[in-house]
Amino acid sequence: MENWLDSVTPLTLEGQIAVPYTWWVGETGSRFLIALRDEGKILGNRCPSCGTVYVPPRKNCGRCYVDTDVAWVTLGSEGTVRSHTIVRFSFPLQPAPPPFAYALIRLDGADVGLLHLIKHDLERLKTGVRVRARFRPASERRGHILDIDCFEII
Amino acid sequence: MAQRVAIVGTGQTDHKSHRPDVSGREMIREAVQRPLDDCGLTIAEIDAIVIGNMDHFESINYVDTWSVEGSGAFMKPIMKVTTGGTTGTSVAIAAVYHAASGLFERVLAIGWEKNSESDTTAAIITCSDPVWDRFSYSGAIPSLATEASAYMQKTGATQEDAARVAVRDRNNAIHNPHAHLRRSITLEEVMASPMLAYPIKLLDICPRTDGACAVVFAADSVAPKLAAQPAWIQATAVRHTYTWFGDSTNYDAGLVSLQRASREAYQKAGIRRPAEDLDVAELYLPYTWAGLKWMEDLGFCPPGEGARFVGDGHTQMTGKIPVNPSGGVISTNCIGATALLRVAEAAVQVMGKGGARQVPGVRRALATGFGGCFWSDVVILGAARP
Amino acid sequence: MDNLAVVGVAQTPFERCKPDQTVFDLVYETVRNAIDDAGLMPADIGNVVTVSNDFIDGRTISSMAVGDAAGAHDKNISTVEGDGTFGAFYGAMRTLGGLGTTLVVAHAKGSEGDVRYVTNGMFDPVYHRLLGIEAVGAAALQARAIMDRYGLTESDFAKVSVKNHGNARHNPCAQLPMALTVDDVLQSEALADPIKRLDCSPVSDGAAAVVIADAEGVRKARSRPVWIRGVAHCAEAYFLGDRDLSDPAALREAARRAYAMAGITHPMGAIDVVELYDAFSYMEPLWLEGLGFCGPGEGGKLLDQGVTTMNGAMPVNPSGGVLSAHAMLVAGLARIVEAVLQLRGSAGFRQVPGAKTALAHGINGPCGQSHCVWVLSNEQ
Repeated sequence: MENWLDSVTPLTLEGQIAVPYTWWVGETGSRFLIALRDEGKILGNRCPSCGTVYVPPRKNCGRCYVDTDVAWVTLGSEGTVRSHTIVRFSFPLQPAPPPFAYALIRLDGADVGLLHLIKHDLERLKTGVRVRARFRPASERRGHILDIDCFEII
Repeated sequence: MAQRVAIVGTGQTDHKSHRPDVSGREMIREAVQRPLDDCGLTIAEIDAIVIGNMDHFESINYVDTWSVEGSGAFMKPIMKVTTGGTTGTSVAIAAVYHAASGLFERVLAIGWEKNSESDTTAAIITCSDPVWDRFSYSGAIPSLATEASAYMQKTGATQEDAARVAVRDRNNAIHNPHAHLRRSITLEEVMASPMLAYPIKLLDICPRTDGACAVVFAADSVAPKLAAQPAWIQATAVRHTYTWFGDSTNYDAGLVSLQRASREAYQKAGIRRPAEDLDVAELYLPYTWAGLKWMEDLGFCPPGEGARFVGDGHTQMTGKIPVNPSGGVISTNCIGATALLRVAEAAVQVMGKGGARQVPGVRRALATGFGGCFWSDVVILGAARP
Repeated sequence: MDNLAVVGVAQTPFERCKPDQTVFDLVYETVRNAIDDAGLMPADIGNVVTVSNDFIDGRTISSMAVGDAAGAHDKNISTVEGDGTFGAFYGAMRTLGGLGTTLVVAHAKGSEGDVRYVTNGMFDPVYHRLLGIEAVGAAALQARAIMDRYGLTESDFAKVSVKNHGNARHNPCAQLPMALTVDDVLQSEALADPIKRLDCSPVSDGAAAVVIADAEGVRKARSRPVWIRGVAHCAEAYFLGDRDLSDPAALREAARRAYAMAGITHPMGAIDVVELYDAFSYMEPLWLEGLGFCGPGEGGKLLDQGVTTMNGAMPVNPSGGVLSAHAMLVAGLARIVEAVLQLRGSAGFRQVPGAKTALAHGINGPCGQSHCVWVLSNEQ
C-alpha cells in the first residue's frame, strides 16, 4: 500500500516568539558590574563560613547557605586557565566570530573559575597558561560582563 | 503504605511589583530562609526540593539546576514542576508526594516569579496552541472575559456584584504584611477603573508581582516534632481538563475542572457541606467574577446564587466561610508562587499563625490553584491528623 | 523499596524530523502503546505525569499541549520539566503515595526549534548567556577537564562513539545506527575542541512512556514486571566555575543513595547492563566513574578491556545510547525503557543474555549538573 505521505508536503507554520526581557541584576551583581564599568576592577566576595572567594560575587554561599555579601575583595585582573575550548562553529549569539575560545579562569585571589572568552593567540592556549583581563575602553563600558572584552594570554 | 504529610513551616517574600535589589535566585533564597526559620530547621535538614515558576516569564531554562545556590539544593535532590498558573499547587502536591512516598521526610516546596522581568502578556500568549489558538483567543484576559460575560447573561449578576469580590480581597490584604497591594478600594473605584476587555476592568483583575513562597512539608514520622500545630494534608485533587481554549467554552457547565477536583477532594476529606464544613478558603481567584461563579462550582452555594452568596457577606472575614484573608490573587500575583501562596496561607490559618488576618478556630482550610486552560487544583488541610 | 514495578513501556522511533506528527500525536501514540504493553486499559491508569520543556516546545505551559493526549482527562495530573528519569521518579512517588498506577510520558520535537538557543537558555542571563555559550561549548570544557586531569584522549572518547553507534544497529528505534571507525570520529567536523560532530548526540524528535504500578497494579497488568529497587537524584553547584567538572560528585551521591536503596554494595558485579546518558562521547567514561564502576579517570579502561562492549561483563548502552538518539527530556526515559526491555528479555538483537539487574541514568542541567539513577531488577 502506498504511503500517501510520500506524495504530499506536510503543512508547517513558521513562527518566532518575541518576548523582551529585562533581568534584575540585584544589589550584589550591580556592585560587581559597576566596578567593572567605572573602575575596571574585578570584585569577588568571601563566604564567612567556608572561606570560598567567589567571582562573580554572590549574595549567599551555595554550600554553606549563609550570606556572603559582607566580605568583598578586589581580585587581580590576571589568572590561570583551568579549562578551555576553541569554538569552531557559528552561532548568532556568539560575541566574536569563530575560532574563539571559552575558558574557565581562576583569577588571582579567587577560589572558583570565571567563565569568559579568549579571542587571540589561540595556538598558545592550554590549561595552566596565564591570562589577563582586557577591558573595553572606559567610554564603551556599560556595566556588563563583556565590559571585559576578553582575556589575553600573557 | 502512604505516609501522612503535614505542612510545618511557611514563608514568603514581601511582594512588590519590582524587586530590583535581588536577582531571581537571590529572591528565592530570601523566601527559603523563612519557612526554615518558621519550623526551626536548617537547609541541611531538608531532604528534597521541588521548585516551580512559569519559564517564559524569566526565560531561564532548567530552573531547578539554575536555582541551586538560592534554593539550597547543593548536593540535594531537586526537580522542577510547572503547570502554568496552577504551578504553585502542583509544586505543593509534588512535595506532598515526595513525603507521602516514604522516601523523603522533610521536603521544601518553592514557588517564585519575577514578573517584572518580562512582558507578561507576550509570554503568556505562547501557552496557546500556535496553529489553532494563538492568533485569536489568547492571553489571560480574553478567555476570562468571555466566561464573565456568559455568567452575567445567564445569572443576571452585575459588574457591581463582581466588584465586591475585589473590595473584599483588597480590604483583607491590609492585614497581610506580605501582600503586594495593601490599599483598600471602594466599589466606585472598581467601577470607574479602565475597561480592559468587557466586562473586566483594571481593578477586577490581579496585578503582576515579583515574589516567592516556600513551604516545608514533613512526613508523619517527623511532623509533630516540627510544629505545635501542623497543617495536615487531608486531600489533594487536580483536573487539568482542556488542551484547546475552544473546548472550554460550554459556560453552562461551569468550571468543570473545579467541580471535579473539589468533588474528589471533598470525598477524600469527608466534606459533605463545603461552606459549613470548611472554616476558611484561600482561593486562586485571578479576577472578580471567579469569586462569584466559582462559589457555585465549589459547592458553597447552589448554581446561579454566587452573587447573592457573596453579596450577603458569607465570604467576609466574619462570614461563615471567609475567603482570602490574605488578600488573595487580586492583591498579590507572582504567578509561579501564587497557588503555593494559597496553600501556605491556608496552612497559616490552620497553624494559628495568621496574626491580624487569622480567622478564629480554623480546623479545616481549602486552597485552590487555577491556570492553564481553565484548570483547577484543590488542596484541603486540617488541624487533625488524618 | 518494595512492590513498585514498571509494567508498561513504549518509545517512538527517534528521528531527525517527524513531519507528520504533532507533539499531541506523538504522546497519544506512545501512551496507547505503553498501556497496551502493560496489558491494561486506560481506565486502569490512576494518574499521569507528563514531561515537557517550554523552550523546546516554544510554548509556555507546554504541558497544555499533551494532557488530553496522555489520557489524563478527569484524572490527577502533574508535569515535571526536566529529564524523563526525574519525571518517572515523581511518578513512582505518586504511586507509592496512593494515587494508583502512574503513567509517565515525555516528548520532544527538537526539529521544531533551534537547540543552540534552547541550551543557551540554561545559562545565567547576566553572567553567561551573552557569551553565547550553549551545551556543546560547555561540554567541551568538561571534556578538557578530564583529559587534563587523567590523560584521557580524544581517541578514548571516539571509541565510545564507535561502540554506541555500532550498538544502535540492533535498535530499531535508534536514529543513528552507524558502523564507524575511530578515525571516522576523529576526522569529523570539529565543533568545540575536543568535541567533534561524531562525539555529539543528534537532535531528535520522539516520545517515550512508562507505566509504574504498585502490587495491586502489577497483579492487573499482563506484562512481566520489572521491579524498581532504587531511585535517587542529586544536583551540584550551578556555575561551571564553581564545580570541578572532572569530578562527578552529584552522580556519585545519587548512585550511592540508589545503591543503598537497592542493597547494592559492589555495583560492578551487581549490575548486568547499564543504560547511561551519553549526550557526548566523553560522558560515558565520566559517568561510569561516578556510578562507581571504576576508579577516578579509569572509565576509558573499561572499554579498552572490553567490559562495556556487547560481549563484555557489563554492556553499556546496548541501545546505542543518547549518542544514537536524543530527544531532549525523552532520552532519560528511553534509558529506563531500554533497561526494562533488557530485563524482560525482549530486547531483540541487542539483548544482554541473562540480565537480571539494570541501571538507567538521566541528567539535567549543564555538564550533568544533576543526575537521576535508577536500579531495576526482574527479581523482587
